[in-house]
Amino acid sequence: MRLQIEDVLCTFCGCLCDDIKVEVNEGRIERVRGACRLGSSKIMGHNRIKSPMIRVNGTLKETSYEDAYRKAAEILVSAKHPLLYGWASTTCEALKKGIILAEEIGGVVDTTATVCHGPSIIGIEEKGLVGSTLGQIKNRADLIVFWGCNPSEAHPRHTLRYSSNASGRFIPEGRKDRKVLVIDVRETRTARNADRFLRIQPGTDYEIISALRMIIGGKAESLPEDVAGVSKKELIEIAEMMKSAKFGAIFFGLGLTHSRGRYKNVDNALSLVSELNSHTKFVIMAMRGHYNVTGAGQVLAWSSGYPMAVDYARGAPYYNPGETSCCDLLSRRDVDAALIIASDPASNLPRGCVEALAEMPVIQIDPFENPTTLFADVVIPSAIAGIEVEGTAYRMDGLSLRLRKLVDAEYPGDVEILQAILDNVRRLRDDN
Amino acid sequence: MIIKGGIVYDPANGIFGEEMDICIENGRIAEDAGGEVIDARGLLVMPGGVDAHSHIAGPKLNTGRIMRPDDSRMGTEPRTRVCRPSTGYTVPNCYAIGYRYARLGYTTAFEAATPIIEARHTHEELEEIPIVDKGALTLFGSNWTVMECVRENDLGRLAAYVAWGLRAARGYGVKIVNPGGGEAWGFGSNVKSVHDPVPHFDVTPAQIIRALAEVNERLRLPHSIHLHFNNLGRPGNYTTAIETLELLKDIKPSRMRQVVHVAHMQFSAYGGTGWKDFESKASVIADYFNQTDHATMDLGQIIFGPATTMTADAPLEYANARIGHQKWSNHDIELEESSGVVPWVYMRKMPVNAVQWAIGLELALLTRDPWKVVMTTDHPNGGPFVNYPEIISLLMSREKREEEMKTLHEVVRSRSTLPSIEREMDWSEIVIMTRAAPARILGLEDKGHLGTGADADISIYSIKPDEIDPSKDHAKVKAGMSRAKYTIKGGVVVVRDGEVVAAPQGRTYWVDAAVPESEMDRMLSALKEKFERYYSIRMSNYMVQDAYLSNPFVVRAGVQPLKEVI
Ligand code: SF4
Repeated sequence: MRLQIEDVLCTFCGCLCDDIKVEVNEGRIERVRGACRLGSSKIMGHNRIKSPMIRVNGTLKETSYEDAYRKAAEILVSAKHPLLYGWASTTCEALKKGIILAEEIGGVVDTTATVCHGPSIIGIEEKGLVGSTLGQIKNRADLIVFWGCNPSEAHPRHTLRYSSNASGRFIPEGRKDRKVLVIDVRETRTARNADRFLRIQPGTDYEIISALRMIIGGKAESLPEDVAGVSKKELIEIAEMMKSAKFGAIFFGLGLTHSRGRYKNVDNALSLVSELNSHTKFVIMAMRGHYNVTGAGQVLAWSSGYPMAVDYARGAPYYNPGETSCCDLLSRRDVDAALIIASDPASNLPRGCVEALAEMPVIQIDPFENPTTLFADVVIPSAIAGIEVEGTAYRMDGLSLRLRKLVDAEYPGDVEILQAILDNVRRLRDDN
Repeated sequence: MIIKGGIVYDPANGIFGEEMDICIENGRIAEDAGGEVIDARGLLVMPGGVDAHSHIAGPKLNTGRIMRPDDSRMGTEPRTRVCRPSTGYTVPNCYAIGYRYARLGYTTAFEAATPIIEARHTHEELEEIPIVDKGALTLFGSNWTVMECVRENDLGRLAAYVAWGLRAARGYGVKIVNPGGGEAWGFGSNVKSVHDPVPHFDVTPAQIIRALAEVNERLRLPHSIHLHFNNLGRPGNYTTAIETLELLKDIKPSRMRQVVHVAHMQFSAYGGTGWKDFESKASVIADYFNQTDHATMDLGQIIFGPATTMTADAPLEYANARIGHQKWSNHDIELEESSGVVPWVYMRKMPVNAVQWAIGLELALLTRDPWKVVMTTDHPNGGPFVNYPEIISLLMSREKREEEMKTLHEVVRSRSTLPSIEREMDWSEIVIMTRAAPARILGLEDKGHLGTGADADISIYSIKPDEIDPSKDHAKVKAGMSRAKYTIKGGVVVVRDGEVVAAPQGRTYWVDAAVPESEMDRMLSALKEKFERYYSIRMSNYMVQDAYLSNPFVVRAGVQPLKEVI
């Protein structure tokens, strides 16, 4: 039977586009309309892990789900300080289960945020976040600034749906009614479509932001003629551009959070936006990568009080990023087992951390094979959230949306898998 | 279950401190019962507490947690056999909210403000709050569709939209915050009075408030409109308060209740022309409430120490951040609202804070009828709800108020009437302010009293009302009220000797209001266009799905003549 499903959510990037059309035939997805190529390829699916596997004498052997759950529970129960990492590409419901598991085994829950927008979160702890939903920007913003991000490649529908090219109530003509400013270290595709491109030297974001803050604060005369290679004149023009907008919005990416200065860059940018509000209306937003990395932070915050890197070893949540975040724990060899879910640390963490992971027992829960599978000791294939199971995800602006189920799954969902592991953990502990 | 020999206060049923037994059957108060016997001989027994205005769930709360790891570190309690771990003081994690309310003897708490588009998040958090029954009020005061209906004077369409909005948000009632101001804030401005037009929309706050009040009654909603005034938090704003209340005087309530509930009145009872000559106008406000019957209020009492202010009044939060040189979070919500979060500290030696503290108490003590005044701190705006026992002891003891005033900035004596107030509340009045009145004001028929058939939500305190004198033994009052001897929620003992012993899932209340189909269709066709053009999500993904309310309690309302309530 052929089925047309409308208003489907794309579970790839933080845009969480919710207007995708999917054609399903005989329980298989045949066609995807409205998504960008990144989204379509995710929805169409590829390279599924076929069966649960356990590593025996160095090679992964297929096994039953029951055995995989039992083995996973054994690993977690015998670990002194396990790490439960990932969560960015699964549902909030899965993380809720993961937190219960961590509470019971005294583990650490960390999300991929600590290696992408972790500095942004620490910036927010220092300064707060002057933000809005994406629709507010679409309806009102006459100036869009992309700072250290490149939506044309990483969030392909962002500009059309929410930002530079979107039309809205007070911006009826879309792109024509607004100015676009790109600040980056290289000329990206996004930069080529901007009204103005400010190319800065790598690692100078902090100086540039500070200079803009001084100009906006009326202290331009104290600035040198050249700030980190940018002329004072150009900076004044850019500050004017910001001040004279009726509603400005800055989107920032890893270019800001991962260049020299890290969270201090974000802290400074948040201050800039806060101060711009004495002159006009301005908001700022992080371009979140994975579709539910925002949701992972939300769930952790309401469960533990902290948005990432939460250690339950003491029975109560303990949070100290720099100590309890995944990379720090791994590089200090302060965890002795890991459950990796919906992420691929082998491709994304620094080498030393990956080596540490390879040395300890690792459980992987994921629909897809990835480099982490190469050293995982228990591999549990799962259904794909938003395609095969329902659940909740949060868009980059913090809006919570319900993912739909499009087709039946041959695999259990993450919630079911984690519940089964939790049941096994409880059973093992009762036996002891 | 039988609770034996307690000294029972149930003012809604005319019981003021009588020794009697209470029977519970199937989670409700019954004529008689068997089973477990709880010995409450001589102890204070009352209905479970009802918080009618508290910020307990949703994006604002979580923003508060995320921007304040310092706060989360306070109040940390490890997990127990029953409880998941707790953190936080002003912005506790979800579990802590449920446990702490239960330990105070509270069994119901309503989240006071949620934009429709973010209601799903609110329900996700409400689901994680154990024990208490709960609900969330829905924001309508700066909503484009509302303002357009008001401009066109189309109350039929407005009623349909409000009914639809409550259903979409699984919301309990109509909340209005700084009407029009949220929209003006979209371009960085605000509205300055109830007659100041909202930019681009050609309506005034006065028109928005009146229309929503009329529609609220047309829909026969259990709760009245729940209003956060324009100009809140500004010196001299008591005139805005009275002017706004006057707008609503002639509206006839459709149920036995007020037509407007004023949120956290303390923040709107300010005199003076600026912070230098800031003074209390609580006596003027209380007089107004004494002379009229269409409005009720909650206090928004401030508590000295840390707070986290969070409100849909975004321009106010911007001003707060500037005054306090504080970190500031803002969140504009497309087509609907805006909001802000700013950490705060109330200080005893700060003249403004000292007067604010007095205003809350004055409002409670000068308003003669306790049924018109609900005790709140507007948690966590005035301070965290865990401080309710402190307020109770202040209301019951003039001696305690005197002691406190000695520690405050001296302006508290010249700029408020508190020093001259002799009234000391009794237990009946406290029970009304914390149970009976909030339940009646919210329209919760089975709560706030212990009549047969009511929910078996009961609190028992280690306080012997026949033996202690609250005006002298205020320390005992505070200690006793802080740790319920027993809290019984729906017939289940959830707290024993101040410890949580069970954490069942409470219910979530929402209101399903019927409107004529033709009006709904007319409204929806206009709304669909709004989604196509202006919202950033699809209409079909907007409604809160049933999956987010595991234990719903639906209250029916609507425009058809319904069975007379009460
Ligand atoms: S922009 Fe992101 S969410 Fe939208 S379709 Fe592309 S990958 Fe999916």
